[in-house]
Amino acid sequence: MVMLKINGKSHTVDAAPDMPLLWALRDLLGMNGTKFGCGAALCGACTVHLDGIPRRSCVMPVSAATGHSITTIEGVGATASGKRVQQAWLDLEVIQCGYCQSGQIMAAAALLAKIPAPTDTDIDQALSGNICRCGTYPRIREAIKRAARKPATSKKEG
Amino acid sequence: MGQMSRRQLLFTSAAAGGGFLLGLHLEASPRVLAATVKGTQTDFAPNAFIRIHKDGRVALMMNQVEMGQGTYTSMPMLIAEELEVGLDQVHLEHAPPNDKLYANPIFGDQETGGSTSVRAFYEPLRRAGATARTMLVAAAAEAWGVDTASCRARRGVVTHTLTGRTLSYGALAEKAAKLPVPAQVALKDPKDFKLIGTPAKRLDTPAKVNGKAEYGIDVRLPGMKIATVAASPVVGGKLVSVDDAKARAIKGVRQIVRLDDGVAVVADHMWAAKQGLAALDIRWDDGQHGKINTADVVEGLAAAAQTPGVVVRDEGDAPAALAAATNKLESVYEVPFLAHATMEPMNCTVRLSPDRCEIWTGTQVITRAQAAAAKITGLPLDKVEVHNQYLGGGFGRRLEFDIVTQAVRIAQQVQGPVKVIWTREEDIQHDVYRPYYYDRMAAVLNAQSQPVAWMQRIVGPSIIARYLPAAFKNGIDIDGVDGAAQLLYDIPAIRVEYVRHEEPVLNTGFWRGVGVTHNNFVIESFVDELAAAAKQDPAAFRRALLHKSPRATAVLDIATRASGWGKPLPEGRGRGVSVLFSEWGSYLAEVAEVSVSKAGEVRVHRVVCAVDCGTVVNPDTVKAQIESGIVFGISGALWGGVTLKNGRVEQSNFHDVRVMRINEAPAIEVHLVHNQEAPGGIGEPGTAVTAAAVSNAVFAATGRRIRKLPLENQLRSA
Repeated sequence: MVMLKINGKSHTVDAAPDMPLLWALRDLLGMNGTKFGCGAALCGACTVHLDGIPRRSCVMPVSAATGHSITTIEGVGATASGKRVQQAWLDLEVIQCGYCQSGQIMAAAALLAKIPAPTDTDIDQALSGNICRCGTYPRIREAIKRAARKPATSKKEG
Repeated sequence: MGQMSRRQLLFTSAAAGGGFLLGLHLEASPRVLAATVKGTQTDFAPNAFIRIHKDGRVALMMNQVEMGQGTYTSMPMLIAEELEVGLDQVHLEHAPPNDKLYANPIFGDQETGGSTSVRAFYEPLRRAGATARTMLVAAAAEAWGVDTASCRARRGVVTHTLTGRTLSYGALAEKAAKLPVPAQVALKDPKDFKLIGTPAKRLDTPAKVNGKAEYGIDVRLPGMKIATVAASPVVGGKLVSVDDAKARAIKGVRQIVRLDDGVAVVADHMWAAKQGLAALDIRWDDGQHGKINTADVVEGLAAAAQTPGVVVRDEGDAPAALAAATNKLESVYEVPFLAHATMEPMNCTVRLSPDRCEIWTGTQVITRAQAAAAKITGLPLDKVEVHNQYLGGGFGRRLEFDIVTQAVRIAQQVQGPVKVIWTREEDIQHDVYRPYYYDRMAAVLNAQSQPVAWMQRIVGPSIIARYLPAAFKNGIDIDGVDGAAQLLYDIPAIRVEYVRHEEPVLNTGFWRGVGVTHNNFVIESFVDELAAAAKQDPAAFRRALLHKSPRATAVLDIATRASGWGKPLPEGRGRGVSVLFSEWGSYLAEVAEVSVSKAGEVRVHRVVCAVDCGTVVNPDTVKAQIESGIVFGISGALWGGVTLKNGRVEQSNFHDVRVMRINEAPAIEVHLVHNQEAPGGIGEPGTAVTAAAVSNAVFAATGRRIRKLPLENQLRSA
């Protein structure tokens, strides 16, 4: 049994210690927003936050996630930067097929939490690990800048 | 539109099932879809696309699938425009398989591909909306005992203009359902459009920012197992034996399924299935393709290119002009096998019982998937249910239903529901690839350096002969020659030939633009060669030959002007141009600006694309599709290509299947032409027009003419 703290809630899962967090989320907990793309940390579709740091859940054993605070796409909207990123994504109509966008949003939210006004180079460095076959990159770049400019509108945001 | 109203646009099934109780939701959804088609007595369902409930809910059935291209917004816009409802008032449902109700008129079956959705449904869906609105207005007029001309419909409400009385569509549903469906209805004058032509917000995206959108891979059923597969690494190969002792010892592995051409590991979760697969010791009989390398394929194509093909277009006497010419150019162009690498790996979920087969998957061809499952199981079509899902990328890959066939064969050996998911490695190595094409080009320039003869011989397999046999006529693959047969340049002698040469060592199929993507690279590169031989500016050279095509000239002018064509560039940079016209009916011109490092790495700095796709439904979607196509096209042009060694695909994952990343993406500008011409396709043209623009820019920057893709392989090997 492994204890995981995900989006503020504790979960106990029957997983071997070496099971990647991705499959614990998807197949054991039914949290399907985090996507399988490559299984080798090459595409970023499975990106989650571990204590706010973006990590590839497809290669991260659950044993390494235990004791840390995990945030997934289902919970990132409760963070200030995550909510701004989601709204900017909709405002600029970033998304096409959407399959990679959970990972893109998680990467972007982590970037903004760390660097409130990222440069193009910051964006390149933070998101070059996230592949989008629909080629939404120009809009992702603009949406990150928009999210950075736009102050939080909801009172809930910290 | 406000955020709340967009959030309301959930699928009705999702709204009923809610959040993450996916098992319950999926259990419920087949009944929802069955109700969709039949309707109930109090619902108003004048056709297969619209159902208005007594409670006022407007449900629209989506037969053209959503794989990123925006159909789940553009199709509702067409209906809503004429139905007189707001996009914030509609609910969407994935349509069930039914060719009679939902066939795409361009293909004759329920199919999303070929950049056809708006072209095929621009009028039928408006007519569907207008029919329903006409009947609702008639029902209101009857209720009030007034003339229909005195009634007006707006946002789901009919108003009697003289008295101000109103009745909602929901209140009118029962009455309208009893009226005869009119044979003819008037469609709006385009000048009265309120939705069509406006940048409407997409209806599918709110569920895609928070993880709630359900793709095929997200299906969960009670008691479901997960399977992953190793199919024969060589096409036509067979399973000889498998030692599964180590795999069976892995916790969570439940069963090893043997197929004649593959092995599947069935497990409680994907992690166990993947580990199990890696632990198998499999012996294959490679069959007849086990020694084939890429060079063998090219050799076969080159040999086939020596013989004349079927004549596709013949004007003047190009062969005679070439035979007599003193100033002749000849070139051979080659483009490689390409994998699709959709972000969502191939997957399909099946629940099979003796008298019923249920399938959940994201497919571009739902009725073909249904028929395939019926054939394997021996069940009649009406016992095979297919529930489409959002597609995590299509690009033509999901026009094939090999995953459905395989998943049903696996399900035949498994108790209870099973979700089959391919690893990325399986996905790359068992794709249905864009064919390898080999083209011979020749042209004659006269004393004034004008082209007077043009010859293209296209050599490659016929996808159409396999996929749409009825459309394969007179030995011509209409897709393989698309974009070549319609050459717009005014040249007195033109011959286009097609040589069918199959490449059975790999399965080949559609890949974003297919024939046009290949032909545009070849044609627009060769035109550039002619311009260089004529010592003329490539854009001016083209313009002089396009005088009979004002729409092509217009996009060329827009793209060159916006790109700063002719203005000085920093040292080492070059601009290249490409013009596209094909069966899609859209005219594009693109200018790419690149630089090339000493090591042969290409950087695409900027791309300007002018698009005339006639009537535009959702301008932001058109722009997004062109941007998307350009990025997809650059990936293919610079790096794309799978290779064969001993019949096996050598690449396996994103470390050796290189695709564009954000730090490599150019600035992209899209300029739309506004007119009332018939709608043209937009999903694929952005990809098709790009390789030549980039390659011509490489020529401008370096003086190197690349005739074989991918570009960087050639630049590095020099």
